[in-house]
Amino acid sequence: MEVLKKDEVNPKILEALLRDSDNTVEDALDNEMILNMGPQHPATHGVLRLLLKLDGETIVGCVPDLGYLHRGYEKMAENMSYYEYIPHTDRLDYISPMANNVAWVLAVEKLAGIEVPIRAQYIRMLIAELARVASHLVAIGSFAMDVGALTVFLWTLREREKIMDIWDVLCGARFTNSYTRIGGVANDAQPESLKLIKEFIDQFIPNLDECERLLNTNRIFVERLDGIGAISREDALDLGFTGPNLRASGVNIDLRRATPYLQYDKIDFEVPVYNEGDCLARYFVRTDEARQSTAIIYQILDKMPQGPIRAAEPKKVLPHKADVYSKMEELIHDFMIVNFGINPPVGEIYHAIEGSKGELGFYLVSKGEGHPWKCKIRSPSFNNIQALPHLVKGAMVSDVVAIIGSIDPIMGEADK
Amino acid sequence: MTRKDIIKSKLEENFKDASLEFSEYKDEFVIRVDKKFIDPVCRLLKTDNELEFLMCEDITAVDWATRKNRFTVVYHIFSLKNNIRIVVKADVDEADCNIDSVSSVWRAANWQERETYDMYGIKFNNHPDLRRMYMPEEFEYYPLRKDFPLMGIPGSLTLPKK
Amino acid sequence: MGLEAKLKQDGFFTTKLDAIIGWARQSSVWPMPMGISCCAIEMMAAADPKYDIARFGSEVMRFTPRQCDLMIVAGTVTYKMSHVVRKIYDQMPDPKWVIAMGACTSTGGMYRSYSVVQGIDQFLPVDIYLAGCPPRPDNLLNALMQIQNKIGRTKARDFQDIKPPELNVIQNN
Repeated sequence: MEVLKKDEVNPKILEALLRDSDNTVEDALDNEMILNMGPQHPATHGVLRLLLKLDGETIVGCVPDLGYLHRGYEKMAENMSYYEYIPHTDRLDYISPMANNVAWVLAVEKLAGIEVPIRAQYIRMLIAELARVASHLVAIGSFAMDVGALTVFLWTLREREKIMDIWDVLCGARFTNSYTRIGGVANDAQPESLKLIKEFIDQFIPNLDECERLLNTNRIFVERLDGIGAISREDALDLGFTGPNLRASGVNIDLRRATPYLQYDKIDFEVPVYNEGDCLARYFVRTDEARQSTAIIYQILDKMPQGPIRAAEPKKVLPHKADVYSKMEELIHDFMIVNFGINPPVGEIYHAIEGSKGELGFYLVSKGEGHPWKCKIRSPSFNNIQALPHLVKGAMVSDVVAIIGSIDPIMGEADK
Repeated sequence: MTRKDIIKSKLEENFKDASLEFSEYKDEFVIRVDKKFIDPVCRLLKTDNELEFLMCEDITAVDWATRKNRFTVVYHIFSLKNNIRIVVKADVDEADCNIDSVSSVWRAANWQERETYDMYGIKFNNHPDLRRMYMPEEFEYYPLRKDFPLMGIPGSLTLPKK
Repeated sequence: MGLEAKLKQDGFFTTKLDAIIGWARQSSVWPMPMGISCCAIEMMAAADPKYDIARFGSEVMRFTPRQCDLMIVAGTVTYKMSHVVRKIYDQMPDPKWVIAMGACTSTGGMYRSYSVVQGIDQFLPVDIYLAGCPPRPDNLLNALMQIQNKIGRTKARDFQDIKPPELNVIQNN
């Protein structure tokens, strides 16, 4: 963090900062200064730069500066085929990589009109819920670390390592695993990986309770968060919040219920909603959602049928590797799909899923070629950070850290 | 009357000369508006008691690389009350590359329009804070236009010295 | 380290002193995590109870550059961010080393686009390039061990005193 003089700040950002701040002090002493919470800071979740205008310790204005991780995702999508883009979607919300994979292939399948077999849908739901649990663990852990409780961070990371071991056995990579394919998933979920998942969630709830016992009745934690960063229901809807942040402000909207995708309409689960809208409510929503995800995973493990894991459309879905190496038809199809793409019909769609941060959506425009004409990623973190200037006004500098942690932005998807 | 018919009838009775076009594609309801009417149409969609499109999910643009009507600005909006999502589109020409801003209707549109301006160069009139979002302020080009190469223009972005 | 740098021969005293100082430096490398994107998560995983970077001497990951030896650049560096990385590198005191973690920092990785620097060695001197996307935490620990060997072999006279800049004499007439 460094204090900036007025001529060190970019003039357009300075103009935005001075215009958006409520000047509360008309003092000749000029207590106001501009503080730069730079892109490299232990508390901001990634490279988020905040320029704060302070009056003493209170914040009167805030301008976030994004773009330090802008990698050109949308431009790259216009130059590569739908299959080649799957590893890129892993790196969007890099804490829950499988969920982004699922979102992308669902959007492409909606555009191309491909029906996915039931077993593949159940496997996709399973990995999406595991990704949600992993993401909420990191969110809770780093949020607690920002507020000061270092132990909880190490405990949640320990649980997360177990999930990464599961992913390692399931598909070969610990992290950034491009497990889904258009039309299904890459390989079948073997019984040993399902057994590992069951063992994990059997011991997960008591460990989560242990972490919560350290925090929920801790006086410092509660007093530091209660009432901080409160946002009302109308403001939350108007400013573009989605996901756990919106549900903590009293709006009962969950895309798994509102527009069910995969097989979520057959699974029975609750959606936690709190009304206060402050940092503590957002924390409680996340812990409750982690619990509901384990209930969902139990039901998925019971209901998963046997069957094929890739759709039977040879012109659009990649065949299994064993067949490619031994049969002629599959070899030709593999060659055509990899080199020329799947060529969906001309049109455009938008499809969104309930990611762990909010609504993750893909808007695809196709002109009938193997690569999209346009791809827009509707990232939840980008829209959540938009509400940050509204939330921090009137708070103190140390509250900014708690508020950012409770919103839980990931700059990989906010900056695209 | 289905919800889509309700939306259609309300818009048609209020905006008779706005050259509205309605279409449906794979369970998505698309409304095409003339760009001069985008602000009143969005205001009606938000404030009407039956429609209540309170959430502006995404604003983006598509570059068709044609001479006439090069860009189309696309708005995805969602209504909690009716649980329906619709798409509103407006065509923008390259020569007259501006459109009214809807950030006074939904505050969430603020940053989304800034991002569209940064990537495509479409100016939004009456936007409270129109500056670049991702690229540095000195950058002179608009990256997502079809005439901008993927690897960028050499010399457009600076590196520190070794 | 003024005295040893001025002794330019390799006598018994200087080599033993180099060995002791090298051993002390290599056993307590404090990394400065320049965690930018996905590789930062694997760096965090290298610090968690399973892979435990603390047993290699990197007990703390200080986020201030003034107290660190080793900068681990983890994540894609864009042109906008490169100025920040260079500024933090300049703020670190000598002796300092750099690990380029992951494919994105080594060569630009899978991002061949307009805003990603195709390899941080275009503006930073790099000691170790780690392959992987992201590299496993075991891989990062191996890189740390290689850096520790390199640090143990350095001689004190490699770090000569930096000459103060030539200042213009201000004449007050």
